[in-house]
Amino acid sequence: MRQNGPLSILFSLVFVSFMLAPIVVVIGVSFTPEGFLEFPPSGVSLRWFRAILDNPEFITAAWISLKLGIASATLATVLAVPAALAIGRGRFAGRDALQALFLSPLMVPTVVLGIAFLRFLSLLGLNGTFIGLMLCHAIIITPFILRLVLASVAGLDRSVEKAAISLGAKPLTVFRRVTLPAIMPGMIGGWMLAFITSFDELTVTVFIVNPSTTTLPVRLFSHITQTTDPLVASVSAVAILFTVALMLLIDRLYGLDRLLIGEGKR
Amino acid sequence: MTTQTSRAWLLSAPALVLFAVLLLVPLLMTFMLSFNSFDFYGGIGTDLSLANYAEVLGDSYFYEIFGRTFLIALITTAICAAIGVPQAYILYRMSPFWRSITVLIVIGPLLISVVVRTLGWAILLGNKGVINTALMDIGLIERPIRMMYTSGGIVLALVHVMVPFMVLAVWAALQRQDPATEAAAESLGARPRTIFFRIILPQAIPGVLSGSLIVFSLSASAFATPAILGGRRVKVVSTTVYDEFLNTLNWPLGAAIAMLLLVAVLIVMLSWNSLVERRYGEVFE
Repeated sequence: MRQNGPLSILFSLVFVSFMLAPIVVVIGVSFTPEGFLEFPPSGVSLRWFRAILDNPEFITAAWISLKLGIASATLATVLAVPAALAIGRGRFAGRDALQALFLSPLMVPTVVLGIAFLRFLSLLGLNGTFIGLMLCHAIIITPFILRLVLASVAGLDRSVEKAAISLGAKPLTVFRRVTLPAIMPGMIGGWMLAFITSFDELTVTVFIVNPSTTTLPVRLFSHITQTTDPLVASVSAVAILFTVALMLLIDRLYGLDRLLIGEGKR
Repeated sequence: MTTQTSRAWLLSAPALVLFAVLLLVPLLMTFMLSFNSFDFYGGIGTDLSLANYAEVLGDSYFYEIFGRTFLIALITTAICAAIGVPQAYILYRMSPFWRSITVLIVIGPLLISVVVRTLGWAILLGNKGVINTALMDIGLIERPIRMMYTSGGIVLALVHVMVPFMVLAVWAALQRQDPATEAAAESLGARPRTIFFRIILPQAIPGVLSGSLIVFSLSASAFATPAILGGRRVKVVSTTVYDEFLNTLNWPLGAAIAMLLLVAVLIVMLSWNSLVERRYGEVFE
């Protein structure tokens, strides 16, 4: 295979700068000592990071997002794994319809999901509750987990399970000792992708939160659309740091590209 | 029902219940809501009529919004393909070390909140923003170019949000191809340009097509980016729905607009899929 020429390397450099530009700018602005958004900052100050501590609504929102991400990703995993085992192992009546249903949240515009959840939850009186948020997020993120677990079920060697059964292992033992370890990487990868998706979710969430359950993206969004002070930049910088740490962890454990393409671990 | 079928349905039952109750029922209710009437004093009525659809389809204001939304999505998709395909190919040819770093930078932003990334673009694109200040400092322009609250600004930021999906899709397709074809072309004396256009691109097409579908449908329903960079001045369908639901409180009209968006996106997706399968069916087997 040919190497990249100088023109290709230049193109790649421009591309990489384009991808980094808005992220670098947000982090740069967060260090400004001034009271407005300026880049490059005229000095280096932690003023706006200290300001986060004086604005507990951002900290509360971050906690809610964290809890929501963990709860909904766990719920979605518990629901998606048995479904993926059923769908991934051979044909049965209604299999394609089930798979299409579980992947459908990827096809419906998120704003449509948002108003549908709003309509439904407000009739039940669950609008703005944590439990309502958790159930809705679980639906949005199920497709990500399903795809990755399906990929690892497809790579499963059925003969190992058959061997375990022929040696007298009970079905639960087979699942616990053979199947589960084999699909574990897909499950963990799916959980992480689901957690991040829930943690970042705005379009659906903005319809179904109330002031006491506002998540971090919703809090940031409403702050940005009302005022522009460097506080949004410092909160964003902390969020970027958190995401990058998570991203590096995922890349070590699973491979970021394979996770996002939806393929199994190599 | 065979035992295998009943076992499979039993395993899927918990997820099925959640999806039936919390996805299918709400979508159906929203569909019904779009036929209800609304007035500012009585709220949502119980009668059913096509009045909301007539209002949307009879008003040039809404045509403009739908037209703008799909134009933005279309241009975003075209730009993503134009820059995403070469980048994916370059990635494919990189040494493992540089590739792992570049992959993190190119697709890593997918994991960073869209709100945060759009904030970055707002800082870059403002009248006193980074780009305008830099251009004025070096004397290229005298007055700032207006980029905030324009469709062009929204496209630029959307390309940033969506292009990782294109790179991923094309890259996945390139990884499935046989490197021997490229080596064969090279040994037969083909120039790099010819290799790219005659060997690489045709094999990458399935990836480009699936990537385009993802980028287009996500761009057509994007919310955060047009809401922050377009504000009330450059409205798209999803921000219009948001305003109807949370500001005007005319839920039935908002539901009708949302249903039209859903139908439009589904029509594009399904016809695109059937087109792709007819032409490239064997590639996906």
